[in-house]
Amino acid sequence: MSAALEFETYNAIVQLHARYASAVDANDWGAWVDCFVDDCVYRIQPRENFERGFPLATLSFESKGMLKDRAYGIAETLFHDPYYQRHIVGAPLILSASDAGIECEANYVVIRTKLSELSTVFNAGRYIDTIVRTSEGLKFKLRQCIYDSEMIPNSIIYPI
Amino acid sequence: MNERVIPREPHGLDWFQNGTSRIPFRVYTDAELHTRELENFFYKNHWCYVGLEAEIPNPGDFKRTVIGERSVVMTRSEDGSVNVVENVCAHRGMQFCRQRHGNRKEFVCPYHQWSYTLKGDLQGVPFRRGVKQAGKVNGGMPADFKTEEHGLNKLRVATRGGVVFATFDHAMESFEDFVGSTVLGYFDRMFDGRKLKILGYNRQRIPGNWKLMQENIKDPYHPGLLHTWFVTFGLWRADNKSELKMDSHFRHASMISTRGNAQAANEVSKVSSFKETMKLHDARFLDIVPEAWWNGPTAVMTTLFPSVILQQQVNSVSTRHIQPRGNGEFDFVWTHFGYEDDTPEMTERRLRQSNLFGPAGFVSADDGEVIELSQKGFEQKPEHRTLAELGGREVGDTDHMVTETLIRGMYAYWRKVMGL
Repeated sequence: MSAALEFETYNAIVQLHARYASAVDANDWGAWVDCFVDDCVYRIQPRENFERGFPLATLSFESKGMLKDRAYGIAETLFHDPYYQRHIVGAPLILSASDAGIECEANYVVIRTKLSELSTVFNAGRYIDTIVRTSEGLKFKLRQCIYDSEMIPNSIIYPI
Repeated sequence: MNERVIPREPHGLDWFQNGTSRIPFRVYTDAELHTRELENFFYKNHWCYVGLEAEIPNPGDFKRTVIGERSVVMTRSEDGSVNVVENVCAHRGMQFCRQRHGNRKEFVCPYHQWSYTLKGDLQGVPFRRGVKQAGKVNGGMPADFKTEEHGLNKLRVATRGGVVFATFDHAMESFEDFVGSTVLGYFDRMFDGRKLKILGYNRQRIPGNWKLMQENIKDPYHPGLLHTWFVTFGLWRADNKSELKMDSHFRHASMISTRGNAQAANEVSKVSSFKETMKLHDARFLDIVPEAWWNGPTAVMTTLFPSVILQQQVNSVSTRHIQPRGNGEFDFVWTHFGYEDDTPEMTERRLRQSNLFGPAGFVSADDGEVIELSQKGFEQKPEHRTLAELGGREVGDTDHMVTETLIRGMYAYWRKVMGL
């Protein structure tokens, strides 16, 4: 981005990132869904597929409805060993900003803590986002979690 | 000197009624048994999965993968043939190939620059004739050194329908005989000669014994119970029309099922995972369109022992490669694909349905979880055994899925090969 972003907008992006991390770390799937506009895309994809141009993602959702289905799945249908997750998100790098939206990236690390176990690095990667302005503030139009982690430690249940 | 006495059954595995309906936990927890499994199942007398030809479409393309716990490289050479070589330099044993895929004219070990063709033949050795210095020749390989005697370890390769298998065992039966006609029919159904199109990979590390993944896909009992999506949307349930078929050794199997009874209430829907009122917010996850090649069944899950699972679940097709890492852990690599004649809509559909499968899938994520927790149970009580007696204690094909016969079959084969 050549033009400087107003502090207010930059701050709102940081707040959205923080709100997102807070939602997924608190298992508040309703708040997670609310970070997105209705017509959204959310993907968790291995870096390998992303860079080689393979379309397969570990999860790929194309609407807020699909996100709600995942939220229901986590709460009601997916059996899993319980765990906490903790997101550490780096400062957003703003790539472009216009009335249509803001394109930005941020590094992330997710630490997983299983009950009675040590905390371990669960997933590390980069968010690639398109953020749009709505009457309820900034929301994700697109969030891609492109992860370096070559092996998923068994499974990914909660959103990254 | 006294002869060393090797005990015949060092592990003293206790099999209930000398059958396989109760499986000792030790088969999952014993590191020495694991080493013997690698030798008996992965390194001889079995064709192991290596990859898909579509992963190496062009001359010079290669893919690094493993058979059991041995690193191998699949290559396409200039003449178009598919080769598999062991990733160990003939000189000092270094794993020379570290890239996982790429395109090369030759392989050069970085350590001393021994170079090999894509078929594994040794081409050149630096300083083979020595180095001339001050009028004399220093060093060099012995006069009787022959490059043709020091190529890479070349595996025997079989390709069928675009799928590549290899074996270290040059004396074993053909791939077709290994699979047997019954299961080969289901193999050919999915790999019918159309070119495959790679959609991508998912990789997960599961802290459990590798056999548990074979057993997971030889166990039609759990999907309609553990997997809410399967039972609720009728994708896999105990009252679906289904068949279980094995090869004559009981090592490979196909579970064949046809979808029916979505959200209908009956005996099956009394299970607690059935959710009568569950509706998707976005029905595109289950936008299922029947394909001609199915010939009826909506799901066929084939286990080729020991290394791979072939998945057709409605429009989602994949191979799932089992890569052991000791007795208590394995890597599980999913390769999702489509066919060359897929429309863009069909590709999109396969990708949407892939949300059900893989390490985060609405259905499959919990398979890895139950395997991890099974292994934990075994580790704490290795003298105990599992119980796999649904449908009796015998082994045989069935026309229903209310049985654990395929697991019993796999262990009948395991016992025969392991001599335990």
